Amino acid sequence: MDYTLHPLSDQTVAIEFPQKIDRAIHMKIRQIGLLLDDKQPKWLIEYVPAFASIAIHYDVKMLNLQTPNDLPYDIVTTELTNILQELNEIEVEAPRTVKIPVFYGGSTGPDLEEVAKHNGKTPNEVIDIHTNGEYTVYMLGFAPGFPYMGGMSTDIATPRKNKPRLAIPAGSVGIAGEQTGIYPIETPGGWQIIGQTPLALFNPENEEAPTLLQAGDQIRFYAITEEEFHNWKENGK
Amino acid sequence: MIRVLEPGLLSTIQDEGRKGYQRYGIIVNGVMDPFALQVANLLVGNDIEEAAIEVTLTGPTLRFEEETLIAVCGADFSALLDDKPLPLWRPVLVGKGSILNMKFSKKGCRALIAVAGGLDVPVVMDSKSTYIRAGIGGFKGRSLEKEDILPTNSLSLINQKILNLIKKQSSASTGFKTVPWSISEVFLKTEYERSTVRVLKGRQYDEFSPDSQKLFWSETFKLSTQSDRMGYRLDGPVLERKVSTDLLSEAVAFGTIQVPADGQPIVLLADRQTIGGYPKIGQVASVDLPILAQKKPGEAVQFEEITHREAQQLYRKREQDVQLLKIAINSKIAF
Repeated sequence: MDYTLHPLSDQTVAIEFPQKIDRAIHMKIRQIGLLLDDKQPKWLIEYVPAFASIAIHYDVKMLNLQTPNDLPYDIVTTELTNILQELNEIEVEAPRTVKIPVFYGGSTGPDLEEVAKHNGKTPNEVIDIHTNGEYTVYMLGFAPGFPYMGGMSTDIATPRKNKPRLAIPAGSVGIAGEQTGIYPIETPGGWQIIGQTPLALFNPENEEAPTLLQAGDQIRFYAITEEEFHNWKENGK
Repeated sequence: MIRVLEPGLLSTIQDEGRKGYQRYGIIVNGVMDPFALQVANLLVGNDIEEAAIEVTLTGPTLRFEEETLIAVCGADFSALLDDKPLPLWRPVLVGKGSILNMKFSKKGCRALIAVAGGLDVPVVMDSKSTYIRAGIGGFKGRSLEKEDILPTNSLSLINQKILNLIKKQSSASTGFKTVPWSISEVFLKTEYERSTVRVLKGRQYDEFSPDSQKLFWSETFKLSTQSDRMGYRLDGPVLERKVSTDLLSEAVAFGTIQVPADGQPIVLLADRQTIGGYPKIGQVASVDLPILAQKKPGEAVQFEEITHREAQQLYRKREQDVQLLKIAINSKIAF
């Protein structure tokens, strides 16, 4: 699969794949991340994976620049191209499956009815379709630990709210167009909120894994009752 | 220890940012003006990346509960130390109980107050930077409030050497306890007083109409009132993209210039989200980010094209200049 390299800034290079949301491209991007984790080039500050690209922020101070004409970008892309030659040797472990409990509807899922009505379904049918899907986390962004997921059935696709809400509580599960997502922290937002999970998606105290989800995870939702939701919130399980 | 008597409009603790966590959707934060942070730290003898207090438009009033050394760099706030005008861009001795009143900015938007030894706040995910929305980093994950007490670290050998030098050198005639040297005006002018901000073509530059491309370089853009640490929304001629295909969201950088559907560009800054989905018309050269950081809402900017090669060479030179400054300061305190 062909990729190209482009400068994103004077300290960042982007590796770009064909612009589409695609499992094979996603796997390549995961492989690049693993390869960089393994090689740890000294100029690497961090990499940021997305749907069809991965950006690499580099530290110009850590490059071996000889003459004033040496271009940091040239050195980084040369080394990067060498590293990427080993791309096909990297094995990607089978993805984790993360099960997310959700209390659908009620006061914490105020838009469940609207999503049902928009699609000519009952609220229970919406829950069935949402919990039957298997979702892939392509990347995290927008907020700490917010998963951009693919795989939602178009049968429950619903446009965003006309007027965004000023505050959507952490844990809210929503639908926007053909996407579904979970709000890790309270933020304003225009998604249709169909339920809430008692799980914490953002745990800043855990520096090794500050977010519950990571790119590559497979997600399944399952329904819990209001009582189970409150117990979980109070007792942590 | 520093006591906050008045917090000012937006005073936060920032360092060079939280690097290494963007893949989790955790934003970088950090100072808006990295050059001012580096210089302020060097002047008081701190590590270059130590955290400082970033103040905005209307500054805080602070009381220093013990003798220390500070340097204020960046915008020219009409700051007073114990009621006397505070010199900028140089290390200044503050006595126990001294009061720094930052007042308000006369020129520029943001200043950094570096304190010898640095601020003793928790390092969260490798950084002391304040991430207000997530409530982490800095002082209790928020901007400073009245009566906050900021702990400071004890002085290192280098901090102490500069402090001793000041005590020895300061003369009664100037009335100020500082050193007879500061960052050269000429040097600062070249860093801050450009009328244009240099910009590289963005990844989707070619997708904009030829007219829009021309306007992007020829016209001025005004910072709207919706301009903050996250980004500057610019008012100016409408920039039109010729293609209508949606882009897939992808990583952005400090200084990325995006154009949403309304055709009014947004420059992404220190508190930017980790990824963005709008077409990128340009990318501000790293060396000119401090110029942009010092613009206030209502002020205008004009963009000037620069090649990627030039931007990288200028950035290398900037890094060298900061290193030379460090060497120069070290030579001053060698005795």
